[in-house]
Amino acid sequence: MIAMNFRGPFRVRADRDKPIPEIEHPNDAIVKVLRSCICGSDLHLYHGLVPDTRVGSTFGHEFVGEIVEVGSSVQNVKVGDKVIVPFNIACGKCAFCRQELFGNCHESNPEATAVGGIFGYSHTAGGFDGGQAEYVRVPYADVGPTVIPDWMDPDDAVLLTDVVPTGYQAAEMGGILPGDTVVVFGAGPVGIMAAKCAWLFGAGRVIVIDQLDYRLEFVQKFAQCEAYNFNYLGDVVEFIKHTTDSLGADVCIDAVGCEAAGDAMNTLLGRKLLLQGGTTTALHWAINSVKKGGIVSIVGVYGPVNALVPIGNVVNKGITIRANQASVKRLLPRLIEHVKNGVLSPKDMITHRIPLHEVAEGYHIFSAKLDNCIKPVLIPS
Amino acid sequence: MESEFTPDNRMNSMMADYSHIKGWGIDADLENDPTYPMKKRTDEERFGYTWERPEQQPQDVEILTSTERNNMPAVFGTTVPPSGLSGMIRRYAYTWSESDLRRWIPLILADRIGAGEGIIDDLAHGKIPNIFAERGWTAEMKYNRKNFLLKVAAVTVVAVGVTALIVNRKKISGSLKSHR
Ligand SMILES: [Zn+2]
Ligand SMILES: [Zn+2]
Repeated sequence: MIAMNFRGPFRVRADRDKPIPEIEHPNDAIVKVLRSCICGSDLHLYHGLVPDTRVGSTFGHEFVGEIVEVGSSVQNVKVGDKVIVPFNIACGKCAFCRQELFGNCHESNPEATAVGGIFGYSHTAGGFDGGQAEYVRVPYADVGPTVIPDWMDPDDAVLLTDVVPTGYQAAEMGGILPGDTVVVFGAGPVGIMAAKCAWLFGAGRVIVIDQLDYRLEFVQKFAQCEAYNFNYLGDVVEFIKHTTDSLGADVCIDAVGCEAAGDAMNTLLGRKLLLQGGTTTALHWAINSVKKGGIVSIVGVYGPVNALVPIGNVVNKGITIRANQASVKRLLPRLIEHVKNGVLSPKDMITHRIPLHEVAEGYHIFSAKLDNCIKPVLIPS
Repeated sequence: MESEFTPDNRMNSMMADYSHIKGWGIDADLENDPTYPMKKRTDEERFGYTWERPEQQPQDVEILTSTERNNMPAVFGTTVPPSGLSGMIRRYAYTWSESDLRRWIPLILADRIGAGEGIIDDLAHGKIPNIFAERGWTAEMKYNRKNFLLKVAAVTVVAVGVTALIVNRKKISGSLKSHR
C-alpha cells in the first residue's frame, strides 16, 4: 500500500510497498483511510523535535475511513462502517479512561507513562503507525471509532479527530464565563478553533495573537474575533494589559506549543539546541498576560523535558493552569451536534487537498507556510 | 512595515451584542468552575486503583518499555523495532526513567543516527534516496519560485567554488609531483 515514510528531519516520502497492517489484537480493526490531515504537531515530528521518532514510521493521527476488517472481540463497529477515529488510543477500562480522560489511557503506551498512545506520533507515544497511508491498524475498535453520521461531509469528520475537540477543550479548560476576555496565542487550526469555541462559552471578547498576516486575516473572519500580529505590537504582554484596563485577560490559551517564535533566547534554547522541552514563548506570554487569579489553558504540544516558564508569576498571581491532550471521544457527541446545527463549520479551514503520494510536498508547504496554507488534507488516490 | 492588524484597528466595537455570532453562549455553564479536567473521586483513592484489564496483545518484536511501568500495556505499536547502532542507543536510553535527561538526549541522538542508517539501508536495497523530492522542494518551486531560484543559485555557486578548489588542488598537487 502507499504510506508516508519518515526518513529523517525534513525528509518524508510516499512509499508504495509498505505492507497492509494486520489485526494484532482481538479488539483491533483495520481501517481504509478516506482522508487524513497533516497536523501542526506532525511538524514537531517532521522537524526532528520529538525523541524516539524512528525512520520508517508512518505519521498521521487525524484520519477517517472505512472499516475493512475487525478482530474477534469487536462488537460496536462492523465492516463497512465509516468512522471518525479519535487521535487518542484509549482502552475504555482503565482508571483514567473511566474518568473520561481518554487522552491519558494507561493501557496503550509501553514507552512512556506521561502520555497515552497516539496514532503515528513516535515511539514516545506508543510506536503506532498513523493514518497517512491507505490502511491503518486501529486498536480498541470498540472504544474510539465513532460512526460518521450520513449527513456529515468527510472533510468535517476528519477535523473532528483532533483540531475541533482540541480547540473546543482549550476553551472549555479556560473555564470561560459569560463576558470574559479570552486571548488565544497561535492562529493555527487549533487556535482558530479555540477562538471560535470561546464564544460558545459566552466570551465577551476574543483576541488572537500570531505573526502570520494571512492566518490573522482568516481567523478574524472565521472566528469573528480581534486578531493582532505580535511583530507590530511591540511588547505583547504590555499590549494585552493596556487593552484590558491594565488587569490582564481572564483566560489565556496557549495553542502554539514547542515551536513558538517571538523570543530569540527561547528559540535558541528550545528549537535550535534542543536543551529544553520546546520554545516556551507563547506560554510565557500567556502566564504574564492573564489576570491575577485567571486561568491559563495549554493545548500546545511540548517535549518531555524541562522548559523555562515564569513560574514565580504563576504563584504570585494565583494562576490556575489547565492542560491536557483533548479527550476526543468525550467531546464527539456535542461537537457532532454543533456541526449539524451549523454552529461549527470545520471544513472551511481546509486550504489544501493533496494526493497521498505527494505527501513530501504537503509537509513542505505546511512547514514553510507556503501558499497561505492553513490546513492540508491528504487523500489516498 | 504597516499591517492591517494593529491595535488601532480593533474589531468588536459592537461589544455586548453577540447576535452576529451563531451559538454564542450555548455551552456556557456557570457551574463550570473550576472546569474540566476535574478529578472524579471514586473509592479507588482509598482502596487502590484496579480495573479489569483488556486482553493482552501477543508480543513478537522487541518493545522498549518505560522503567516507570511494571507491566506491558494491553496494546502497543509494533512498527520499526529498535535496530542497528541507533537501536543500541535507544536500549541504553530506556534504562533511565522519563524524569532523567539520560533518557531523552540519547534518543534524539539515536534519531539522528537512524536517519543516516536509513540512507545506508535505502542504498543497500538499491534505492538512491531522492533528497530533493523527500524535502518537498518541488512545492518550493511552485509557490516560492524566487526564493527557490536564489537557493539553487547559492548552491550552484558553492558547488562551482568547491569543484574549482578541488580541480585546482589536483592541478597543484599534480604540478608538485611533476617537479619532484
Ligand atoms: Zn493533530
Ligand atoms: Zn484506558
